[in-house]
Amino acid sequence: MSGKPVLIRDGLRIDGRKPEELRPVRIALGVLKNANGSALVEYGNTKALAAVYGPREALPKHISLPDRAILRVRYHMAPFSTTERKSPAPSRREIELSKVIREALESVVFTSQFPRASIDVFIEILQADGGTRTTGLTAASLALADAGIPMRDLVIGVAVGKVDGVLVLDINELEDEYGEADLPVGIMPNTGEIVLLQLNGVLTSGEFKQALDMAYKGVEQIYKTAKEAMYRKYYKMFEEVR
Amino acid sequence: MKVLVADRQLVRPGDCLAILEEGIISNEIKRYPDKHIYVLDNKVYSDVLGIVYIEDKDINVVPLESVYYPRKDDTVIGIVDSIGVTSWSIDIRAPYKAILPGSDVIEGFNPITHNLRNYLDTGDLILAKIAIFDRTRDPMLTTKGKGLGKILEGVVVEIKPSKVARLVGKKGSMYNLLSSKSGCDITIAQNGYVWLKCKDEYVTKVLIEAIRLIELKAHIRGLTEEVRVFLESKLGEGK
Repeated sequence: MSGKPVLIRDGLRIDGRKPEELRPVRIALGVLKNANGSALVEYGNTKALAAVYGPREALPKHISLPDRAILRVRYHMAPFSTTERKSPAPSRREIELSKVIREALESVVFTSQFPRASIDVFIEILQADGGTRTTGLTAASLALADAGIPMRDLVIGVAVGKVDGVLVLDINELEDEYGEADLPVGIMPNTGEIVLLQLNGVLTSGEFKQALDMAYKGVEQIYKTAKEAMYRKYYKMFEEVR
Repeated sequence: MKVLVADRQLVRPGDCLAILEEGIISNEIKRYPDKHIYVLDNKVYSDVLGIVYIEDKDINVVPLESVYYPRKDDTVIGIVDSIGVTSWSIDIRAPYKAILPGSDVIEGFNPITHNLRNYLDTGDLILAKIAIFDRTRDPMLTTKGKGLGKILEGVVVEIKPSKVARLVGKKGSMYNLLSSKSGCDITIAQNGYVWLKCKDEYVTKVLIEAIRLIELKAHIRGLTEEVRVFLESKLGEGK
């Protein structure tokens, strides 16, 4: 590709969305049989699968903590998730994202209830089209809820970006690549607390406030879909015997 | 207390269940792990995905999924995992491996003269009681007590640990129904194993079906009646 594409045309974005419009969100819970909890989250073409194992015995033993459970998070992109094959070995970027997602989840999970144990979260990006860390974070928090792990609240992630001088919600790959700023946020939808916030690029303080407001609105919508997904799982349990 | 949710409604982590009218407002989280709720700023929240039960002034949430968390005096069924010199390591489906000391099973135990493998081998099932558990150390088991020890006959069925309470029922109503209708010897272990000792295979099969029914329909009202009808249709009036 040569040069920067036109990202905003007639007030609409490159994929036809309005600036404050989310991509279609699809959420399914309990998709993996072997895991204690799992979730599949799709934000448009970005697809993340999360699996939770535990609380289980922490192995190797020396990593366990005497007062709380340790949370281990592995964020990984499948080699086929991008247009060009990605090496399956964990990259610097993946290690960083594992860390920020772990820290976001540590602030909601009541780890003190399971001292010396470990809770393992695996996030696999099946298809990447921008906003994989936020999609992965949403999937991980839903998988934790599905596994029945006590937590303060869910965490819903969404990214706000700035392209061609316009703030846009839930940016995709092209907007991320050619945009001016990218602001991924993880928010607890009930209490409104922010558990993850990164900023790549430049925003003025006014734009930053506006971007956060947009993120809150986006999170509210995604949370609605998440609630439906949880209800569907419960409903399925209801229907299974009939 | 002002309750914001309906009885037996599905709640999610972070859902506000009720507002407390009195009490001190503090920024500290007060947790009730057994009830799966926490209190913050005079509001009661759920901490799991589950069904809320409201009784008078008491709110608790029963999770849809959970792991077994050991407690003192619980009856558990464990599988012998590995054998040490002085103790067995037992898998009780908890985040912690349980320990059964050799001196508990063998009288006058001496690690030099006794070989633990001759008493319990890996893969053996045991019915035991949790003697000591204090979060800082692994749970200690004991097999001293009526009916405790190695499981030699019958069938052990696995259910979700979160459904154990439903299988016992209010004041043991469901348990009494199952044992009186089938005439079987049923032991419900707190970690989600059920040990059945029946006279014939057909009754065992029906009983397992009934247990599966309870597990699937755990959150439905009038389940005891449904199970009664199911057992009567399969086994006839009493036994």
